[in-house]
Amino acid sequence: MSRIQTTFDALKQQNRRALIPFFTAGDPHPSLTVPLMHAMVAAGADVIELGVPFSDPMADGPTIQRASERALKQGMSLRGVLNLVAEFRQQDNSTPVVLMGYGNPIEAMGWDVFAQRCAEVGVDGVLTVDFPPEESHDAFEYLQAHGIDPIFLLAPTTEDARVEQVAKLARGYVYYVSLKGVTGAGNLDLSAIEQKLPQLRKHIKLPIGVGFGIRDAVTAQAVAKLCDGVVVGSRIVQEIENSNDATVIANVSALVNELRLAINQA
Amino acid sequence: MYNYPDSTGHFGQFGGIYMAETLIPAVEELRVQYLRYQNDPEFKAEFAYELKHYVGRPSPIYHAKNWSDRLGGAQIYLKREDLNHTGAHKINNAIGQALLAKRMGKKRVIAETGAGMHGVATATVAARFGMECIVYMGAEDIQRQSPNVYRMKLLGATVVPVESGSKTLKDACNEAIRDWVTNVESTFYIFGTAAGPHPYPMMVRDFQCVIGNEAKIQMPEMIGRQPDAVIACVGGGSNAIGLFYPYIEEENVQIIGVEAGGYGIASGQHAAPLTANAKVGVLHGNRVNLMQDENGQITETHSISAGLDYPGVGPEHCWLKEIGRAQYVAINDDEAMRAFHDLCRFEGIIPALESSHALAHAAKIAPEMSKDKALLVNLSGRGDKDINTVARLSGIAL
Repeated sequence: MSRIQTTFDALKQQNRRALIPFFTAGDPHPSLTVPLMHAMVAAGADVIELGVPFSDPMADGPTIQRASERALKQGMSLRGVLNLVAEFRQQDNSTPVVLMGYGNPIEAMGWDVFAQRCAEVGVDGVLTVDFPPEESHDAFEYLQAHGIDPIFLLAPTTEDARVEQVAKLARGYVYYVSLKGVTGAGNLDLSAIEQKLPQLRKHIKLPIGVGFGIRDAVTAQAVAKLCDGVVVGSRIVQEIENSNDATVIANVSALVNELRLAINQA
Repeated sequence: MYNYPDSTGHFGQFGGIYMAETLIPAVEELRVQYLRYQNDPEFKAEFAYELKHYVGRPSPIYHAKNWSDRLGGAQIYLKREDLNHTGAHKINNAIGQALLAKRMGKKRVIAETGAGMHGVATATVAARFGMECIVYMGAEDIQRQSPNVYRMKLLGATVVPVESGSKTLKDACNEAIRDWVTNVESTFYIFGTAAGPHPYPMMVRDFQCVIGNEAKIQMPEMIGRQPDAVIACVGGGSNAIGLFYPYIEEENVQIIGVEAGGYGIASGQHAAPLTANAKVGVLHGNRVNLMQDENGQITETHSISAGLDYPGVGPEHCWLKEIGRAQYVAINDDEAMRAFHDLCRFEGIIPALESSHALAHAAKIAPEMSKDKALLVNLSGRGDKDINTVARLSGIAL
């Protein structure tokens, strides 16, 4: 059984929701990525979404764009991200790690090599923002051959028939983008999420994580009442951006802990 | 018979719809609506009317006799897209998409622009059809193309400078996509070139094909036959595909696309993914030859011409190269500049720096050909917008 499924099964038994922090690998520095991952787990993260930096992050707002730029300036690459996951696994063999990014760095490496490396280093899921199911056949054959879960996005604009199609391909969990916009935008509409989720549940039997636009503990708690996992990205990346090397671990830990406590009360 | 793209938007391995989920329903709606109106008599009639009475089509073909004589070989003919309203081929596509936007009830249009010609064309049609218009433009391009920035503002558009990445066309595309994802229900993205997610490469091609369709009628009228080669510059490649597509099945007509060689292919500082055999990758919604590093990060490009300064190229050009129907070459900055000045001095036409690349290649091959051969070059735009760049490179302050 995959780490993702084990994690969500355990959470379900405890009637808890997953906290899924996102940050960009290599930001602010590659040497801080693994310590940040461990710190997040210690502060209550259930799954870690690790961003693979890309030169042209079209679905991201300014906060994550800047994180990508910082990481690329530090020499971060897909190869480097995979090595960091291997390093993380030396001390943590249970927390699921999902890589999130754009398709071209994977294309450049080759999906077969990438999927094999993911399995070797202990990556559990892969979310490729700009690869919809229509263009993903070969990619996902490679991922599944190596037991890696393809994670898909669903959006407020996704119609029923497409939800059904995604349900057939998705593994691990499904990531519902809670607003029409880029990451880090602030116009999340709780009632719209509340309306949409039952429609998704008709077809999606996997856990549903909700993200985009969750910027504080109050929102995280409200969203957690509606779904199985809460993804917080830009807010964490912002905390990294506003910290220095000496304070970043403590600051991010405090933020993740605050979110954890809020979600626990959902 | 050549029949591309397939129903899923692929030209062989190229093309497709590589977009984030939020935009998939939008491109699907666009595809359905385009297929609905593409052959609708009323839509076609309105498009034809606008092209004739607003754009001023058909654009003439001009025999550049002085220049041809000086070069001493093949005769060079120019398809005068520079004479269109707004001064470039971009208006053909902008009108087509605006008419579609109108039918889809979209009151807000957005666009990316490099040299500013597509931005001006979009601002123009937005004014013409009463739509709100936002144009994204790289901060560096805003510097290079300041006259066009002011033209857009005069036409009522909001020009948003893009400060991310290389601050050029690709970054403007990223920002326009971010706007679209945020305002997907109210907004029509008037994409400027024959690239991006399906149906854009097909739709933009179809709107631009008026160029080649006219030429196929005009050339026999002028010289009694079709030209030996058709030549056009290729950034994303919309003016080129508009000229090339109607000639694909004319087997005796050679098809040559001219990319921006910048400081030379060997320098690595260029915008010529096809000529440089760049690896196939995915950016801005489609799979194409793409300038990138070994880690799949998109590399910064260089061209003297903002409109060609783009790391990718339309998928149909990748396909035409792969099947061997078209040939792609690169022209360096200095070669393009020489052709720019030659056309000014010998024919009294100021060409766009983009089009100057196509002109320069014609000038390169014409002398090796006999005088009874004919080259048809797409003069895709006029060069008024480029005078600041040219003056600066000549050490002249305006």
